[in-house]
Amino acid sequence: MLDLAFSEPAPRVISGAREEWELVIGMEVHAQVASQSKLFSGASTTFGAEPNSNVSLVDAAMPGMLPVINEFCVEQAVRTGLGLRAAINLFSQFDRKNYFYPDLPQGYQISQLYHPLVGEGEVLVDLAPGIGRRVRVERIHLEQDAGKSIHDMDPNLSFVDLNRTGVALMEIVSRPDIRSPEEAAAYIAKLRQIMRYLGTCDGNMQNGSLRADVTVSVCRPGAYDRYRESGDFSHLGTRCEIKNMNSMRFIQAAIEYEARRQIALIEDGGKVVQETRLYDPDRGETRSMRSKEEAQDYRYFPCPDLLPLEIEQEWVDAIAASLPELPDARKARFVRDFGMTEYDAGVLSAEVESAAFFEAVAAGRDGKQAAHWGINELFGRLNREGLEIGASPVSAAQLGGVLDLMASGEISGKIAKDLFEILWAEGGDPAEIVAARGMRQVTDSGAIEAAVYEIIAANPAQVEKARANPKVAGWFVGQVMKATGGKANPQAVNAVVLARLGIED
Amino acid sequence: MSAETRAEIAGLGIAAARDAMRGGGLSPVELTEACLAEAEAAAPLNAWVHLTPEIARDEAARAADRMAAGDAPAMCGIPIGIKDLFCTEGVPSQAASRILQGFRPPYESTVTAQLRGQGAVMLGKLNMDEFAMGSSNETSVYGPAINPWRATGETRALTPGGSSGGSAAAVAAGSCLGATGTDTGGSIRQPAAFAGIVGLKPTYGRCSRWGIVAFASSLDQAGPMTRDVRDAAIMLGAMAGHDPRDSTSADLPVPDYEAALQQGVRGKRIGIPAEYRMEGMPEEIGALWAQGAEWLRAAGAEVVEVSLPHTRYALPAYYVIAPAEASSNLARYDGVRYGHRATLKAGEGIHEMYARTRAEGFGAEVQRRVMLGAYVLSAGYYDAYYKRAQKVRRLIARDFETVFAAGVDALLTPATPSAAFGLGDMAEADPVQMYLNDVFTVTVNLAGLPAISVPAGLDGRGLPLGLQLIGQPWGEGPLLALARSVEEAAQFVSKPEKWW
Repeated sequence: MLDLAFSEPAPRVISGAREEWELVIGMEVHAQVASQSKLFSGASTTFGAEPNSNVSLVDAAMPGMLPVINEFCVEQAVRTGLGLRAAINLFSQFDRKNYFYPDLPQGYQISQLYHPLVGEGEVLVDLAPGIGRRVRVERIHLEQDAGKSIHDMDPNLSFVDLNRTGVALMEIVSRPDIRSPEEAAAYIAKLRQIMRYLGTCDGNMQNGSLRADVTVSVCRPGAYDRYRESGDFSHLGTRCEIKNMNSMRFIQAAIEYEARRQIALIEDGGKVVQETRLYDPDRGETRSMRSKEEAQDYRYFPCPDLLPLEIEQEWVDAIAASLPELPDARKARFVRDFGMTEYDAGVLSAEVESAAFFEAVAAGRDGKQAAHWGINELFGRLNREGLEIGASPVSAAQLGGVLDLMASGEISGKIAKDLFEILWAEGGDPAEIVAARGMRQVTDSGAIEAAVYEIIAANPAQVEKARANPKVAGWFVGQVMKATGGKANPQAVNAVVLARLGIED
Repeated sequence: MSAETRAEIAGLGIAAARDAMRGGGLSPVELTEACLAEAEAAAPLNAWVHLTPEIARDEAARAADRMAAGDAPAMCGIPIGIKDLFCTEGVPSQAASRILQGFRPPYESTVTAQLRGQGAVMLGKLNMDEFAMGSSNETSVYGPAINPWRATGETRALTPGGSSGGSAAAVAAGSCLGATGTDTGGSIRQPAAFAGIVGLKPTYGRCSRWGIVAFASSLDQAGPMTRDVRDAAIMLGAMAGHDPRDSTSADLPVPDYEAALQQGVRGKRIGIPAEYRMEGMPEEIGALWAQGAEWLRAAGAEVVEVSLPHTRYALPAYYVIAPAEASSNLARYDGVRYGHRATLKAGEGIHEMYARTRAEGFGAEVQRRVMLGAYVLSAGYYDAYYKRAQKVRRLIARDFETVFAAGVDALLTPATPSAAFGLGDMAEADPVQMYLNDVFTVTVNLAGLPAISVPAGLDGRGLPLGLQLIGQPWGEGPLLALARSVEEAAQFVSKPEKWW
């Protein structure tokens, strides 16, 4: 695996009323495993189904029902771990986290506290070309999602939808290595990108496939480095956890608010209390949910219905061998093989589908040209129209055809844009369209000579100007292009214009 | 059919009834009718909490058809009772608790499905301690089952033991040929001993737990309760087997246990664990134990003294682990989806609903264990109680492993520290007094081993006493052969005098 060189940025510094402060952020990301069925039952995980239609006897915690581990979900978590360059624990175990809530039918969530499936890994968070943050991942464990309580359908009653109950989640726990709200967003974006490459999580934040609990604390400059050197958390400030956010915007706003709240509190002589908080997007603020003292006692203990999860190294190796090229490697390869900028490589490799599309376009062609067309024409247009790459009206083969016609000199860049519009609106084969609609560019010097002659003859004043100032020659080129409907080869026109005007090239 | 004939038919063993039916001398319908009549007549014993005569007649008719077609597995046409802990499709399954009032599962437990799939006839559901927590059947929402046995010349009601007290009473009273039980700390073996029948707790993982209301998942195991050892072998064969729906169920072949009875005893080495000689143990129990050892020696076994040094920690460890798991397993009974839900007053919310539902739905013993379990798992106590108990559990398992590794085939112990006691006798006692009933049985659950209780004699008051044999993991076959030998030597043919 080849990574691009990068340097880590300085942390975000916030100026309080009296002092400067740095942010320290850790994240627990809950990523829904891309799987047809739940972690411990065969019920479907389809989003948006009728309430309580994706519920098995196990999910509803009927008496005597028992969980059975879904091997595919374990495989997906292992894939994710490998994608984050993490240690895979061949021995792991499920524990019960006990608490009462109507959308938790068993009265406990099956999770992995003591022996998680995946150990330490890392995520390289891209911030700008050449700038990145290496965020350490502490662990990834598998756990069950809860159902949904609905309190606003009836003034007196609450309703429960168990469709989500038991859906497999990967909880990805980072170390407190994130240093600004923007980095927090970029961290989630990078996790999302990697998991989408791996196919282990669809990353759909709106549907709740990706949610984050964010831990925020503030410290004086230098304190964080002392923590990193010593591993001693006492160098850091008291942290607050903001629970369950599923929007990048809210995450950033919540961190920003929470950091400023803590700074103001400390500077006013107060103390940050370790607690769980909720972000209220309507008011743009966080508020206390429960303090450390009020924290529930989850009475964790090993789930006696499940044997320890023991997996074979050979199985892990086989999964490792099946991993696709991941975003960092792909980006580095794009830079290396296609000579494109890191920025362009980043854009093109952002999504696994767009990267594949680009690769199909670039195969056997000029990589820079393919990148230019991919980013500026296709992605720009898709963005404007709000389309995903999968819904692009222009296929990779069609776009490649356009590039081929340009490379062979059959059409100019300008015509190519027109051709792209035709392909976008009507479809068809690029070469056939060019032939059928007479779009082939004019390289016939006779025809160009005639056109140049006409323009020069009609504009004596401009000719004088051009002879005094050769830059004006470009005006003649533009006129000729206009007169030929853009079909003239611009280089050829330029040469004839300069010769006719007697300007040295 | 005269009452005597009826009782005689219903009093047949599984093997005898099977052979009679295969020979054409008896029909499943006749046998079922006899049992149903006996079960109804046994109402004063309060063993049956829900009879299912329609299902029984239907299943008997189908068993008759199967027999006629020559497709008659061993349990075909055999009327049995099902402990209320087993979920039976469409039939009330309440674990003898108020909190499951009105619950009729839309599914059938694996064990009962296997039994009924092999042609066994379900007569109904049997009484038990609430959620299998108890040793006297007195914690049942249905009131206690009553032991068909009475002390000579007395009429005082005695406990059939627990938690499978209804199963023991029903089998001993001759109202079914066999019954399912479950054993978490002795709940099959202790009632079997109190009622003078055979009770087998298989190796943990031998029978599927799917569809059995969970008490303590790492200890619970279903097993047969029958009138003799051969019947236990036959019934276990129908109950055992791998179930992919239970992750703790073992993927091992199920041997022919009835054939295993032929194995005999000669050359086997039987261990007598010194630590089971409890202080204050009634002399009769000690004498019977010695007699049991003598019987086995006479049959050709070698009897040796062995040591299980961590035995005395077993009961405390059990009463940490079992309540811990129970506190979590019983969290699902919250009034949200099924069973009892407390009526709320205006303005009350989910917390009141939980608290009142569970206060109304669970009896005192269940509440005690749920609180005990929550306590030992709570922050700050987990290491001192739960974790330490798990360590003890491993040491106890190692004690057995060491003895087996030294060439011991099985262990012989008393099944219970006393014969059946009177209902209400423990009402004023410290709950720990009741827990002491499990002193000989819990080690086996902690170690996951198979063990069987065999009726071996009567005490001075004419009440049955049992001996327990503990076998090696998955060694139910050799264990049954040893039990058969004890049974033969004991010649235990006594039956309770019919007073009901």
